Amino acid sequence: MILEEKYRMMQRNFRNFAETEFTKELQEKLDREGGFDWDMHYKMAKYGFLGCKLPRQYGGQGGDTLSYVLMVEEFSRICPVLAIYANTPNSLGSGSLLIYGTEEQKKKYIPQLASGEKKICFALTEPGAGSDAGGVLTRAVEDGDAYILDGRKCFISGAPVSDYAVVYARTNPELKGSKGISMFIVDLKLPGVSLGTPEMKMGINGYPTSDIVLEHVRVPKSELLGPLDKGFAAAMKTLDGGRLGVAAQALGLAQACLEEAVSYSKERRQFGKPICRHQAVSFMIADMATEIAAARELIYNTALEKDAGAKDAPMKCSMCKYYASEMANRVAAKAVQIHGGYGYMKDYRVERLYRDARILTLYEGTSQVQQMVISGNLLR
Amino acid sequence: MRVFVCVKQVPDTSGKVAVREDGTLDRASMQTIINPDDLSAMEAALTLKDACGCRVTAVTMGPKPAEAMLRDLIAMGADDGVLISGREFGGSDTFATSQIIAAALQLLGVGDEDIIFCGRQAIDGDTAQVGPQIAEKLDIPQVTYAGQIEKEGNTLTVRRLLEDGYMTVQVQTPCLITCVKELNKPRYMTVSGILDCFDKPVTVLDYNALKDQPLIDASTIGLKGSPTNIFRSFTPPQKGSGQMLAGTAEEAVGELVRQLTEKHLIG
Repeated sequence: MILEEKYRMMQRNFRNFAETEFTKELQEKLDREGGFDWDMHYKMAKYGFLGCKLPRQYGGQGGDTLSYVLMVEEFSRICPVLAIYANTPNSLGSGSLLIYGTEEQKKKYIPQLASGEKKICFALTEPGAGSDAGGVLTRAVEDGDAYILDGRKCFISGAPVSDYAVVYARTNPELKGSKGISMFIVDLKLPGVSLGTPEMKMGINGYPTSDIVLEHVRVPKSELLGPLDKGFAAAMKTLDGGRLGVAAQALGLAQACLEEAVSYSKERRQFGKPICRHQAVSFMIADMATEIAAARELIYNTALEKDAGAKDAPMKCSMCKYYASEMANRVAAKAVQIHGGYGYMKDYRVERLYRDARILTLYEGTSQVQQMVISGNLLR
Repeated sequence: MRVFVCVKQVPDTSGKVAVREDGTLDRASMQTIINPDDLSAMEAALTLKDACGCRVTAVTMGPKPAEAMLRDLIAMGADDGVLISGREFGGSDTFATSQIIAAALQLLGVGDEDIIFCGRQAIDGDTAQVGPQIAEKLDIPQVTYAGQIEKEGNTLTVRRLLEDGYMTVQVQTPCLITCVKELNKPRYMTVSGILDCFDKPVTVLDYNALKDQPLIDASTIGLKGSPTNIFRSFTPPQKGSGQMLAGTAEEAVGELVRQLTEKHLIG
């Protein structure tokens, strides 16, 4: 896609920021030690990246979905985990607030998220409810001016560093499946909220993930988000935008793998010439670049369609996520292959990129869930 | 109070440098960047703007595409831009260039409280002459090599970074300050800044707009009017770039071994 001048400026700016600020030392430290880099969080906040696509009236920057996609892609090209720092407040975190929040809720929460002063996480998954979000067991029982929440959320990205969570809980056990679920904005400092220890993960270390345990948590009624008993449909809408973000993250990661592979294959010599002069290697590079180019066109175009309100944009978001995340895994595998044994060593960047790629086909809906969404749209 | 920042679009030294037959640079055909010291000058101006809300104007002389650089600076936080552009100005040396920029600044009006910031020098010519010559032509005080600036009322206290130490100088506005990169770390653009920069004014000043300015002498502008004659320009043979390894001796050695291993030189 030929990008307009403003988008090219953004791309250049995001790239410049990531190349300068996401140092190799920081990336290696995050991968080795996990945790969360608050300095980077505040640095991103300073330039408005945390509110890139949030409306200006709520303290955001007023960018569109394509601006956001370009940001996540360029950040992920240097460091997939730091891309999540900027991704979350723009999409999963404030997505449901923007779509379903009352004016009061939007004014209360979104400016704090855009400025980086507070952080929010998205708590849908439970031990028995992942792809089948309808299996949510967390209960919310009305009690005077509040709801009492009980349950356990698991694998919640960002929970250990968040101030709030958008929690999905069953408000009406009479209704089966995905009906009878509602969303709540839960202050994680409320009595009865506790967190599990951060999970040990294969990749994307440096953005902590843990359980959120809710034991008799009294959440004021004013914190009910969106319509009662219809929270699941809301979750699905929020996930659309999130899926495009993961697709952009996959795109940036794949681009990084390609660049590493090109540079290494020109340097590494075997059989008397650089390995890129062997067709077995150069054709792998051709395949990688072609798949990346195809994903990029699909993602950029879907970003524009989403903002234009195209009817099949939600399905296209699933296609982007499905194609780009699978593509990134193929590309990362080839990048390691081109590096040979060196690619298996932690001294080489592709080793980490390969591990970071693995989450992409899993979170915010597995590839199989995307296939369900896509086919469901076509076969209804 | 208004702050003018003089900036220059320079060839990206990581790209190829195109030299014309007459020895001048074919700037239009090269990848360009904002001169790094000029970004420090812009940051100095924006720091003042953050503190006291002054108006910041980015001024440049160059071909039409230099407008894109002004948009970048507006997206960083400048309020407007001025592009001095005309065939008559092409090929100007530092003497002619500073005459034209000084005339433009005079036309724009440098008030008693105003400040002009320049970068120390441009990475293409490396002369460090344009800033000081602008100050001379405008007959205002100048402080070069600013590594620290403090402002109180209309007095600026500037620490100049020199080769063998530093010198602290006080100066009254209006004045011209040239900035070194140690002064600050230039900010990035913001998303909203980029979205808004196309709605902010960029004024183009051509020869006609400036020809009646008292500072303009038609016989001393452009390539023909420039007292400097370029004897020869050439692209020097490429040298590999060096790399400093930071950290303790152990860390630096570890990194060196890692890099040598990565390049299969040892291991």
